[in-house]
Amino acid sequence: MRSRLRGSAMTLAYERRTISRELTVDVPDRSFTVVIGPNACGKSTLLRALSRLLRPSTGAVLLDGADIHQRPAREVAKTLGLLPQSSVAPDGIGVAELVSRGRYPHQGLLRQWSREDEAVVAESMAATGVADLADRPVAELSGGQRQRVWLAMALAQQTPLLLLDEPTTYLDIAHQIEILDLCARLHEEEGRTLVAVLHDLNQAARYATHLIAMRDGQVVATGPPRTVVTAALVEEVFGLPCRIIDDPETGTPLVVPAARHRTAIGVTA
Amino acid sequence: MIVVRTPGGISLRLRPRALAVGLTCALLTLAVGVLALGSGDYPMSAADVLRTLTGGGTPAEEFIVHELRLPRLVTAIAVGAALALAGAVFQTLVRNPLGSPDLLGFTQGAATGALVVIVIGGTSTMLSGAAAVSGFATGLLVYVIAWRRGVHGYRLVLAGIGVAAILTGINGWLLTRAPLMDAARAVLWLTGSLDGRGWIHALPVLIALALLGPAVLAGAGPALRLMEMGDDSASALGVPVERLRLALLGAAVLLVSLASAAAGPVNFVALTAPHLARRLTRAPGPNLLPSALLGALLLVVADQTAQRVIPGHQLPVGVVTGLIGGGYLIWLLTAERRAGRL
Repeated sequence: MRSRLRGSAMTLAYERRTISRELTVDVPDRSFTVVIGPNACGKSTLLRALSRLLRPSTGAVLLDGADIHQRPAREVAKTLGLLPQSSVAPDGIGVAELVSRGRYPHQGLLRQWSREDEAVVAESMAATGVADLADRPVAELSGGQRQRVWLAMALAQQTPLLLLDEPTTYLDIAHQIEILDLCARLHEEEGRTLVAVLHDLNQAARYATHLIAMRDGQVVATGPPRTVVTAALVEEVFGLPCRIIDDPETGTPLVVPAARHRTAIGVTA
Repeated sequence: MIVVRTPGGISLRLRPRALAVGLTCALLTLAVGVLALGSGDYPMSAADVLRTLTGGGTPAEEFIVHELRLPRLVTAIAVGAALALAGAVFQTLVRNPLGSPDLLGFTQGAATGALVVIVIGGTSTMLSGAAAVSGFATGLLVYVIAWRRGVHGYRLVLAGIGVAAILTGINGWLLTRAPLMDAARAVLWLTGSLDGRGWIHALPVLIALALLGPAVLAGAGPALRLMEMGDDSASALGVPVERLRLALLGAAVLLVSLASAAAGPVNFVALTAPHLARRLTRAPGPNLLPSALLGALLLVVADQTAQRVIPGHQLPVGVVTGLIGGGYLIWLLTAERRAGRL
């Protein structure tokens, strides 16, 4: 299993608060890797480190074997993309224009808008289903549409590796599935390596090819969902007693939390 | 949006509307400039002015245009452009439409240096130098105070407001210490005035604009647009956010300091011009070049107004920009409220 992107013996800290020590993580090439874990377990911090928003105080993030902080930012941005948790759409910007900003690492002073830029932006908007919104102001879109536009911008960057920080937060269930289906398609059809932080264990188990389970800033388990998502591990990581059944749709593990309040309909005492 | 492509792989993207706005501003500035060069105690026609500018004037005309009126005009253009460019950079960097050098304390800093020179009694060259140096030093101070593993917009604004408050206090104290004549001179300087400005005032700003202008516009413009979307997004797209912010902040503070040194802390140009430019071009983003051109036009027009509005009496240009800028902001507020956006 080869990994272009690795975190090696990292200490991750904000100011004086240390989140992770000696954290080592491999992202398998061409995988759809999902990082799971309870709130404040350090999964977003890990993603910030991998996307070079947070510099490890010791250890390093290696991209193709070289320290990510030693390479020019623009070069890294051609290989490694990120959909951040929060981005601000500039006042009055339109969809196509926002998506076209994803081309920045490929552009220059005299190469402001090549035919390739144009084609890639059109492709990215088509892939995310926002092509017919091209001329609409981003501010007028719904949350689900807006997230697809941001994803289109990240796609336009054309990076073989794409990191997604909680891409489904603030979306309703239908839009969550829509975004995840889209990610799965990008992974399967375009062969991109994806790394996402997700909150929903069942969604993680359904879409991921590789899981990284974290607790208290440390990796507890890694591997395919079938081996990672077990009743024992969910209890250990989330402190949640549960049963694991097969997802009737996909056959992937499905977490069913144990019923602790026996007042549910149909369960009369 | 127009795209120009050459076979050599060069591609440029132009916005017709922004181009038209910029061009109109430049032409209007030139037109008002010719008018300004022809008006005064010795009136000249536009044709006479153009003849003199191209080297065909009488010695008297030469003297009046080249030594008396042109330096003032050039100072107005350069100061207006420098303030507006810096204002557009500040507003984008702190992601706050009110992010102007006044809010961030840089103009108060420049004023402190100028007031010290006025109180201890120095030449006007010393005054300009002191204003430039102390303005720049204030910029450094605000950055250092706001720094905490990177500088965030709101932290920069808070640090700026704090420093501005302290400096305003110090400036007030310096004013009360000055003898009456010096205090009057100081207040005139603090208002912002282009009266009696010569080449020595215009040149530093011009040189700074010539060096920093292209660097900011072409070198950092596209990256600055990305920084509007937040540090994380810009960084993900390959912008070295913290380094660029420091460089842009340094360039903008330098422009403001030199502009203040030349004409005093002229009110509201840095705040108003970028807003106006954005409304006119209808383009998202910092609109750096249209802002700079509009700033130049604003200040030239304001200076002409200041010289003519009360016959026989010149107002300091800062009074006019304050009235225009303040009036514009209030109009903007009512317009936005009527449109239900505020």
